[in-house]
Amino acid sequence: MSDGKTIILNRIREALRENPAPRPHASHTSSDREEVPRDHTPREWLPKVGESLVEQIDLFARQSEGLKTELHRCGNMEDARAILSMLTTEGGWKKIATHTTPDTSALLEKNCSEILKTDTGYRIDDLESCDAGITGCECLVAQTGAILVSAPSAGGRALSVLPPHHIIIARTSQMVPDLTAALELAKKRYGNKFPSFLSFITGPSRTGDIERILVLGAHGPKRLTVLLLEG
Amino acid sequence: MTTFASEFKKMAGRYTADLTHRAFIKKALSGYYQKRDDSKASFQSWQGARDLAAETKYEAVNHLDRYLVEFAEKIEARGVKVFWAPSAGEARDYILGVARENGVRSIIKSKTMTSEEIHLNDALEKEGYGVFESDLGEYIVQLRKEPPYHLVFPAMHLTRGQISDLFQKELGSAPTDSPEELTMIARSVMRQKYCEADMGISGANFAVAETGMISITENEGNARLTTSLPRIHVAILGIEKVLPRLEDLALFLPMLATAGAGQQMTCYNTMYGGPRQPGEIDGPEQMHVVLLDNRRTEILADAEQRDTLGCIRCGACLNVCPIFKNVGGYSYGTTYQGPIGSVITPHLRGLQDWKHLSAASSLCGACTEACPVKIDLHHHLLQNRRNAAAAKPVLIEKISFLGFAWLMSHPSVYHLAAKLGRIFQPLHPLVNGTFLDPLIAWTRSRAFPNLAPTSFHEQWKKSRK
Repeated sequence: MSDGKTIILNRIREALRENPAPRPHASHTSSDREEVPRDHTPREWLPKVGESLVEQIDLFARQSEGLKTELHRCGNMEDARAILSMLTTEGGWKKIATHTTPDTSALLEKNCSEILKTDTGYRIDDLESCDAGITGCECLVAQTGAILVSAPSAGGRALSVLPPHHIIIARTSQMVPDLTAALELAKKRYGNKFPSFLSFITGPSRTGDIERILVLGAHGPKRLTVLLLEG
Repeated sequence: MTTFASEFKKMAGRYTADLTHRAFIKKALSGYYQKRDDSKASFQSWQGARDLAAETKYEAVNHLDRYLVEFAEKIEARGVKVFWAPSAGEARDYILGVARENGVRSIIKSKTMTSEEIHLNDALEKEGYGVFESDLGEYIVQLRKEPPYHLVFPAMHLTRGQISDLFQKELGSAPTDSPEELTMIARSVMRQKYCEADMGISGANFAVAETGMISITENEGNARLTTSLPRIHVAILGIEKVLPRLEDLALFLPMLATAGAGQQMTCYNTMYGGPRQPGEIDGPEQMHVVLLDNRRTEILADAEQRDTLGCIRCGACLNVCPIFKNVGGYSYGTTYQGPIGSVITPHLRGLQDWKHLSAASSLCGACTEACPVKIDLHHHLLQNRRNAAAAKPVLIEKISFLGFAWLMSHPSVYHLAAKLGRIFQPLHPLVNGTFLDPLIAWTRSRAFPNLAPTSFHEQWKKSRK
């Protein structure tokens, strides 16, 4: 009795033997099972991104607007703190969740809310009761307005999705042009030791499941704020 | 006629006659077309991207053994248990076993069509587990005890009024006609379920061989919660989901979003490589990946239709299909509706039982044009018809075509037949639509056109004189 793996692999090899499928393009005429030469990269076809940082930040800002991501350019940490305190007052926040990085710590100086830190773990109901979650990120993607987060850069998996308002503190030096660059960066940073969780966040949670009408905050955060610091 | 075919005919007749339903579906899709076109236009070349996507999938599918092994080895090295399931039953048994061994009580699910395919919920519920669908559309159809209407938009056939009534009845909520309020009701119910669940079941849109990760595309955040909070994560995916390289996601994530929902990127595109790793603070203790064959290897063996394994389940072919828009998602009686469903269901569940779906097509090619990975859908529908007739010829069709061929190769008989037709047509109204009508199959729902007083052949002959 062979196991499932052997059965499936045998079926696959049997199906592929002497049974070439037509190639998608006439330019590839050989029909052996060698790797298809890749003449093109996604970059050639995907939405175009300017080369300078200014253009990229501009594009990221435009994409954010369309996605209903609230992007704030902050000249310095003082500006970022002012925005956070405005949000805190406006939302009547009592408890904020975060993880420890130099920027999150600096941001939360002087904030009088109760702080839950996820650095060494948390209780789910405790995190669920927070009004906002503040995290860092791996990088910002100009092309699509996405933000790449990971377990280490966003305080685990749930901090960036469970509280109803997600705030990301990022720096302009974290801007990358496109998705390809973001994935390359992750590969370079982690080599073979990838975190178990990496996510492109593109705007606040949303659904169109009722009459295809857009509603924000389906299960994840209803609001997404990016505080973008210079440097 | 098989029962599946007669059921299809019955349902398709009913839905096609339901003009309100047709108008509702048309309206629901109109916003999608606009957004999809805008998103396509932002590409430097959507056609170039399609070519590259088709090439990448070709590479993956034609080396499926190599990439699957690579994927499994990489993800196993990160502490994931990979289960290879040759059949639906084996996949169900494995997942039931995991639940049993771990003393699971409550299960939360994010959207997975593969689990619909193997009827996982039924199996879990039969064993006494509480199973909750967390995707809003899936949750709605689950409460209605219905299957998904559309593989991407499960509840697109329901009005807000129907959903409000449903929530009132099942959840005791106050009536409302606001989609936002309805969404918030589901959100708060589901929050409770996430916190209680000890097992999360998800699908996967892609499996990356190079890095040993699965990638899940979603908008709501329900898949992220499903894979973050419970102590066990089970991901179930078809063996065809594998992509060679991590960079391939840079192409497929925006293409899936564009074709599927008219977005440049969906809200969350998450890559999971294992359960909680050393040094991480949350995430499940266990992660299981179930690789499902369930007759996908039979599609693989059909070189002509192998490209259908490149399907990324975006639903674009449904959204443009004139048949889907008229007969709706439920007429098909399949897990996968629309053109892709009509092509692959005969492979997954038997050609003779499901060949009728390949005949329910206008062969207009809109599906092929919409497909982001360039699956030759409308030709595959023709091939299914050919294969079905070759495997099991239908006597009446065979006789008809023999007669037709004979008629067409005997011009004098043909002309005589045309003349007789012209003579007898004025008598047709006497029997039109009755059981005596020889054209009843046509005239039941259509008018029969009048034959021209003189044929083209006759006119041609006359003008040459």
